[in-house]
Amino acid sequence: MPEGARNPGTDAGRKSPEASAPGSAAKDEAPGRTGIIFDIKRFAIHDGPGIRTTVFLKGCPLACKWCHNPESLLPQPEHAWRRDRCVRCGVCIEACDRGAIAWEDGRPVHDPARCVLCGQCVQACPTGAREIIGRRASAAQIMAEVERDIIFYDESGGGVTFSGGEPLMQPALLGELLAACRRRQIHTAVDTTCHAPWDVLESLRGSVDLYLCDIKHADSAAHERLTGVGNALILENLRKLAHLGERITVRVPVIPGLNDDEANVAATGRLISSLDGVTDVDILPYNEGGRSKLARLARDEEPPDIKAPSPEHMAAIAQQLAAFGLTVKTGG
Amino acid sequence: MNERVTHLRTQSVETKPYISSERAELITAFYKSGEIEKVSVPVGRALAFRYLMEHRTISIGEGELIVGERGPAPKATPTYPELCCHSLQDFEIMATRERTPFQVSDQVRRVYAEEIIPFWSGRTIRERLFGAMADGWHQAFEAGVFTEFMEQRAFGHAILDDKIYRHGFLDFKERIAAHRRRLDTLNDPRAFDKDEELRAMAICADAIILLAERYAAVARELAETETDPARKAELLTIAEVCSRVPAHAPRTFHEALQAYWFAHLGVITELNTWDSFNPGRLDQHLHPFYAGETAHGTLTRDQAVELLECFWIKFNSQPAPPKVGITEEQSGTYQDFALINVGGVKADGADAINEVSYLILDVVRQMQLIQPSAAVQLSKKSPDRLLARACEIIRTGLGQPSMFNTDTIIKEMLHDGKSLADARCGGPSGCVTVSAFGKESCTLTGYMNWPKILEVTCCGGVDPNSGREIGHATGDPRTFGSFEQFFEAFRRQLEYFVDVKIAGNNFIERLYATSMPAPYMSILMDDCIEKGRDYHNGGARYNPTYIQGVGLGTLTDALTAVRYHVYDRGTVSMDELLQAMRANFDGHENLRRTLAHKTPAYGNDDDYADETAERIFNAYFDMLDGRPNTKGGAYRVNLLPTTVHIYFGAVTGALPNGRCAGVPLSEGISPSQGADLKGPTAVFKSAARIDHARTGGTLLNMKFSPQVLAGDGIIHLAALIRSYFRLDGHHVQFNVVDADTLRAAQEDPEAYRNLIVRVAGYSDYFVDVGRRLQDEIISRTEQQTA
Repeated sequence: MPEGARNPGTDAGRKSPEASAPGSAAKDEAPGRTGIIFDIKRFAIHDGPGIRTTVFLKGCPLACKWCHNPESLLPQPEHAWRRDRCVRCGVCIEACDRGAIAWEDGRPVHDPARCVLCGQCVQACPTGAREIIGRRASAAQIMAEVERDIIFYDESGGGVTFSGGEPLMQPALLGELLAACRRRQIHTAVDTTCHAPWDVLESLRGSVDLYLCDIKHADSAAHERLTGVGNALILENLRKLAHLGERITVRVPVIPGLNDDEANVAATGRLISSLDGVTDVDILPYNEGGRSKLARLARDEEPPDIKAPSPEHMAAIAQQLAAFGLTVKTGG
Repeated sequence: MNERVTHLRTQSVETKPYISSERAELITAFYKSGEIEKVSVPVGRALAFRYLMEHRTISIGEGELIVGERGPAPKATPTYPELCCHSLQDFEIMATRERTPFQVSDQVRRVYAEEIIPFWSGRTIRERLFGAMADGWHQAFEAGVFTEFMEQRAFGHAILDDKIYRHGFLDFKERIAAHRRRLDTLNDPRAFDKDEELRAMAICADAIILLAERYAAVARELAETETDPARKAELLTIAEVCSRVPAHAPRTFHEALQAYWFAHLGVITELNTWDSFNPGRLDQHLHPFYAGETAHGTLTRDQAVELLECFWIKFNSQPAPPKVGITEEQSGTYQDFALINVGGVKADGADAINEVSYLILDVVRQMQLIQPSAAVQLSKKSPDRLLARACEIIRTGLGQPSMFNTDTIIKEMLHDGKSLADARCGGPSGCVTVSAFGKESCTLTGYMNWPKILEVTCCGGVDPNSGREIGHATGDPRTFGSFEQFFEAFRRQLEYFVDVKIAGNNFIERLYATSMPAPYMSILMDDCIEKGRDYHNGGARYNPTYIQGVGLGTLTDALTAVRYHVYDRGTVSMDELLQAMRANFDGHENLRRTLAHKTPAYGNDDDYADETAERIFNAYFDMLDGRPNTKGGAYRVNLLPTTVHIYFGAVTGALPNGRCAGVPLSEGISPSQGADLKGPTAVFKSAARIDHARTGGTLLNMKFSPQVLAGDGIIHLAALIRSYFRLDGHHVQFNVVDADTLRAAQEDPEAYRNLIVRVAGYSDYFVDVGRRLQDEIISRTEQQTA
């Protein structure tokens, strides 16, 4: 997933009956395309200018070792269990018709093979420990939520950021959302890995005000080792976007031991400065938010043993990149 | 801060508050003399005031430029036995309590035991008030359904306008005399009453001038023996200033500040007003003096700052007099709620910001004191640099300034029938309630415990704490077939208690009007002189009365839980819910969790919850707004708690939103603690659902951890405030600390003595506010960023 969108919480436990009803301002929207999103975060202040709402689309073609939003990877909804919220009351076990949850060492353990994501356990759980991450939503439903903070966008020069996952994996929904924002004159940003067919990016031209594009490693082989894909397509897309004069902020995650060596930082700096008209760079320190989320998803993967970079280290990297004539911000 | 100010500030901050019995002794001696029985009530009170001014101690501290204290010295706190008389036990409690203690000497206790208590026992306003209230009132009061301000302190919320900067008390005396001459004793049946009121005011005008002259005389004496020539010159200047003001209109910046301070001392010595008097729009009042003097070269910016800082210290040295009969949990503050306004608009509607506005903000930032509080009035015309400056100070974690929306304030005042010009020249007073400065008796009568009333509704009119039937018999909720019926029962219950409270208020207003007039304050408040009527008797131009609604967040969530789980989804029966509440959820843990975690909650911009908030507000508004009080004014709605949400929480049992018995209520219009999970924009949207323009003030508290406001965060803060105000929000204030810091402060109070937090309508030292309030502040949701 792109690096800007940090740690969205999920809050399936607090959905009110009308939360998903389209607002009146969205009446001109046809029910239209739907897609899978896993969160809508308001007062996002690190994903582009001003006060923003960030919409997280689910599914990502990359699998970065350090991913702090592991719930964003799979394109489909999935079950999650928040250990810290669970009080071991067993209500979920009783609620499940399929016997997909059973006691195991005093814990209600979930069996994905039996689960059909019906949501009975989520409904029954009194503490919000059971969640389904990812829900199908229409553009109209998403826009109704987005529009709630228009007054804050207006005052702050903010808008909406589409993030993920990789928002370009759901091009039809994304296109419809961007068009709806355009009609309402809401500033849009797309937070993307740029790992997508050029056709997709081409189809969105004219409806994106700002691209937030990641460069996770300058070397393609290393990129593939760290994220599962090489960076050739990513860089080609970036060059094209830059050449077309799109506004781009490059975001560089700083992952100690993986991409923060001097040589890679220099190569990254050279690479960015070679992009037409691109000068804005955000460097984003690694954070450990993904660790607890992995546990929630009951994935087998071991969380990576990475420490957050020190402020001094971040400052040194900022300085190194600034030497390429770039405007560097730490933290986005 | 220069050396002088640093010294004075240290002295003010480090001196421990203590009780002075001087005022009590003087007032008792005067009442015992029998003089008061020979004259009318207002004249008697005026003579008492004069006696105080003649005999009280004059105190000029080392290095002071602005002079005068409420008691005989800084932090010496007088008492008001004619209103309510402290017992020896009260003194013991206040002297030994851990937080906000007052030292009480053996001498004070002896004087009280021998003279003060024996004389006042049975005669105080407090005793007369309690003696006259109906049974229903007592039952509700004891159950914690509402509080009563006037059992402890006199009517207050009086804020001064610009009159003392343009006129002296000799001018006021002349005006009083003119009105006396014009009285029509043949045709006006109130002529005698008016004459007595006016005579009383004239006596008080002389008395305050006398006090200033006594200060001038002491300054001259001190100058004679002073060996340091610089200090000698200062003392002679003080003598000259005190000879000039407040008898005459001030001519200089220094005289203007001293004139206000004498006016202030008069008000807080005459009676113990709720809340402290204050100068209101200080930047407006001082600007002509500042501009004139700096242009003529008689005042430098540094001198003006020094004088303002000395003025600030004066407020800080006057702790609020401790209350009677209650513990620190209910009344844990030295704050006397002086709220100095900066910004806003002028009478003609133009932006009012001036150089002194920024000067004052600099002083606020420098002084880091809990008193006086500063408020920034932000109108749509206010420049962004004013907002930016305010945000910079907010970011330091001072808890000040609080932010007020001038455009909404004006609408609120127009709703109360004020003229446009008076509305524009007013602002928030004390905590958050609006007032037309210099022209209004803005009376807050007590807090209404909304969630308690829901509890009583759930029990069909019975208070489950006592088992007594204290409310209206609204029926057994298990027989209600719909949420509409449930809400209507609550509404009727609320209306019953509002009626009980108003009936009490009507008596109390007349008690003060007839027995405890305030002829000195009446000089300062338009149109008491013109009407020949006391401030407590409808003399002011505007006379609204408030019963402050408390617990909007808690009540909304509780009603929403009933609507959602019992009626809309049908997953919980009313019987089950009531049983669980009765058991304080003991044995019903899963139900409690479901109610607490899986109910749409106020503060999340969720229509399902917020429409209930709106409905509660509208119901309260409809039953209260516009009802007449005894002063020719009307009841209005405001929503603020000060610290009473702690006390109200303690007396309120378990509620349908899964809140357990004893837990603090939500404060102001803020969400229930921890219930807002969608960030600050959602909180602002929810808070703006109620129509602030139909209130006299609302209080919204937000807490940010420092990192949210670092760097560009300050721009986001400014945008949040502007957005909320575009939505007609009345007020917002910010705490900028993280929970870990607060916990550390609880563990090691000594190391965090300087930590200031915004409590409700004011800031206080965190280590002073009481453990439970500390815990409550910590639990308020930190607004996390994405």
